[in-house]
Amino acid sequence: MEAAHTPDTTHVHGHDAHAHHPTGIMRWLTTTNHKDIGTLYFIFVACMFLVGGLLAMTIRAELFSPGMQIVEPAFFNELTSMHGLIMIFSVIMPAFVAFANWQIPMMIGATDMAFPRMNNMSFWLLVSGGILMLGSFFAPGGANAAGWTMYAPLSEQMGPGMDMAIFAIHIMGVSSIMGSINIITTILNLRAPGMTMMKMPLFVWSWLITAYLLIAVIPVLAGAVTMLLFDRHFGTHFFNAAGGGDPVMYQHIFWFFGHPEVYIMILPGFGLISEVIPAFSRKPLFGYSSMVYALASIAILSFLVWAHHMFTVGMPAAAQLFFMYCTMLIAVPTGVKIFNWTATMWKGSLSFETPMLFAIGFIWVFMIGGFTGLILAVAPVDIQMQDTYYVVGHFHYVMVAASLFSMYAALYYWLPKWTGHMYDETLGKWHFWLSMIFFNIGFFPMHFLGLAGMPRRIPDYALQFTDLNRVVSIGAWGFGAAQILLLIVVVKCARGGAKAADKPWEGAQGLEWTIPSPAPYHSFETPPVVK
Amino acid sequence: MTSKWFKGLALAAALMMPGLALAGVRQDGASFNFQTPVTPVAHDIYNLHQLIFWICVIIFIGVFGTITYSVIRHRKSIGHQAAHFHENTTIEIIWTVIPLLILAGVAYPASRVVVYMKDTSAPDMTIKVTGYQWKWHYDYLNQGVGFYSNLATPMEEINNQKPKDANYLLAVDHPLVVPTGEKIRLLLTAGDVIHSWWVPAFGVKQDAIPGFIRDTWFKVDKPGTYRGQCAELCGKNHGFMPIVVKAVSPADYKTWLADQKKSGTEKTASENPDKTWTKDELVKAGAKVYSANCAACHQANGMGIPNTFPALKDGPIVKGPKEEHIKTVLHGVKGTAMPAWGPRLNDTEIAEVITYERNSWGNNFGMVTPAEVKALRK
Repeated sequence: MEAAHTPDTTHVHGHDAHAHHPTGIMRWLTTTNHKDIGTLYFIFVACMFLVGGLLAMTIRAELFSPGMQIVEPAFFNELTSMHGLIMIFSVIMPAFVAFANWQIPMMIGATDMAFPRMNNMSFWLLVSGGILMLGSFFAPGGANAAGWTMYAPLSEQMGPGMDMAIFAIHIMGVSSIMGSINIITTILNLRAPGMTMMKMPLFVWSWLITAYLLIAVIPVLAGAVTMLLFDRHFGTHFFNAAGGGDPVMYQHIFWFFGHPEVYIMILPGFGLISEVIPAFSRKPLFGYSSMVYALASIAILSFLVWAHHMFTVGMPAAAQLFFMYCTMLIAVPTGVKIFNWTATMWKGSLSFETPMLFAIGFIWVFMIGGFTGLILAVAPVDIQMQDTYYVVGHFHYVMVAASLFSMYAALYYWLPKWTGHMYDETLGKWHFWLSMIFFNIGFFPMHFLGLAGMPRRIPDYALQFTDLNRVVSIGAWGFGAAQILLLIVVVKCARGGAKAADKPWEGAQGLEWTIPSPAPYHSFETPPVVK
Repeated sequence: MTSKWFKGLALAAALMMPGLALAGVRQDGASFNFQTPVTPVAHDIYNLHQLIFWICVIIFIGVFGTITYSVIRHRKSIGHQAAHFHENTTIEIIWTVIPLLILAGVAYPASRVVVYMKDTSAPDMTIKVTGYQWKWHYDYLNQGVGFYSNLATPMEEINNQKPKDANYLLAVDHPLVVPTGEKIRLLLTAGDVIHSWWVPAFGVKQDAIPGFIRDTWFKVDKPGTYRGQCAELCGKNHGFMPIVVKAVSPADYKTWLADQKKSGTEKTASENPDKTWTKDELVKAGAKVYSANCAACHQANGMGIPNTFPALKDGPIVKGPKEEHIKTVLHGVKGTAMPAWGPRLNDTEIAEVITYERNSWGNNFGMVTPAEVKALRK
């Protein structure tokens, strides 16, 4: 990796005005280079993924058999809550930011991000938020055990670990907003001449829309947790009925953030898949503009569906109907996306390197997650399934599998560009097949558990759920173990391997393939012209 | 090599779809589909789910089938040349409009069920349900009958020291008893945090929210015992507050209700404020109150859980003045999981449990009488 960033070895630009950056640890602490920061984001994400994953493995160990074996019920709640918070705020979200940092400047023909120093700051804020979040495990009373949703009034009973989680969310939120401002400014101002909005790569479009979503909803989350903090310590009663507040109001505010958040965690994935599928189909994306419109419609609709997370609080029939219809409507633009990917592959000339395998795997898992989402949109059915393992299965199909697989597809796709080496194709394929098979073994049976009546977030369960829980645990462990392969592939690829061509994929399109592999420290010092 | 893998994928797909289909077909098994519905609403939900489920399965097969066809026939390795078509407005309109029509087809029956579920009017009887950490309280309105419903599974089973009962974690000491064929309206609220009252076979899941009252209803077709669980994360013992409903014939229900009223009267009579208690009597009775209400947090051995629930063995409140101890139990501790027990337990029970706490696990800090509790209630 080191070599990838030494400008002397890739001397394509006659001079390198910014080559005088510090070396060693100071290079990484003070870097303002989008590629360095992208790499830092990846390293942070890998560490947090490991922690979040270990929490999940412990959960599955406890749930392998009925009865309490490994952890106490109170600690079990900490595990599920923190697994969710860590995976969402310090894995999926920053992982997409890592891709944005590495790729957006290269894809739009810019030298760097618009605000390089702010870029550095948003990364290091994220790290401090992450440390605070992990540190909360050591607070008296332990970490937040009220779910990643931190519903009041339960969250008002928690110890100082909850306050640490609240501050961690504040800090990570600030980091996200700074990142979003940076991304929007970069995309709007630093595009190469000739690259009109409707010529931007779809990944760039998806991030532009996502960044607006983040700016719109992160402050809402910050508001919700701040009110929680005030209720906990400063005598307010926002969510305390005894003082004139309303616990359900917390849920409304939280999910007004929470639903767009779900799309924040998948829209950039749509963008990534829309890069990979045309490349390995050797055929242009079927409907570029309809893909852009579909992204935008999903983003807009995401503000109108929040209460489908709360069908069981007992809202009036009219409200249930409104939120049910809006939620069902999201299936239309989502369908457009799937049909487009299908039509792109149709009559292409397909080859199946690891990125394409993950892209097709993505469609498989995303369709299952999408269809169970549609089933959940039907309010009466949702009332039966809410807070059961069906929901756990559903969102893991969308979040773990779809988001994660889209990122894996993109990682294998761009690793040659980033490192200058080809990754080990055999290991990559093993990584795909093991992930795909174990993921489905682990998470598909969750739907059956939910249908049969197993609530989520329970440390112990009735005997009729035993068999399927065993299968789930085995699948989850296998899936977790398979991710070690990814680490091996990436480290191997960074350290060496076959030399990658500037454009290692026959069907790849885009400005990033016009520069050498590994990409020079500053991609475009004179902007390319897009026709 | 690659081709073999893709046959593998196609095979996996072929195997998984019947798995999905199984979910639709099996009526009897509780493991792959909803529990057998026993109320009109649960039947409606069941049918609605079947409808949308099969629509999804068919579309899934259609779309992934197309992808699989491309994967097999349009691959570079067999020399397929890429076509270069893209953008086709007609196709794009078609694949936007058809899903819309399908959704409208699902939305219509779904809306009818939503309206039907919300109709709590004209009930035959009303029961108030209150969720507490971690038990349910049922109050038969205007009948003078009310009781707590606690988990009946012994700790030894949970801790794997004894074989588990068939109804492990789904058994309670006092089930909710209702008559079949009558429209029963539930009013739900909670005493501390949000809980959710859920009986899968009824198709009823309603959050119980502190400070607010929500309602729902059900009408059970056939007698039986139906089991559910709290569905909203409510703290440490969220997984240990089941719901059991016994649906009996209206005649049996009348008999049961009369029995309850009778034993209720007897219980009130036994609560004689003038009675003189001995410490041993109080400790003995207090043990029961403690295990039903306090042991979940403070533990049966009085050791609590470090940093979360304080120990009562040699605890500062327990060895401190009686008045503080009584007040703590009566009013709870704000900002912690310790609730106010004043509204839930009567003076005798509070005196019993406090005396038990002050004289167990090696503690020896004197007794508290019901009269002392009564004096501090105001």
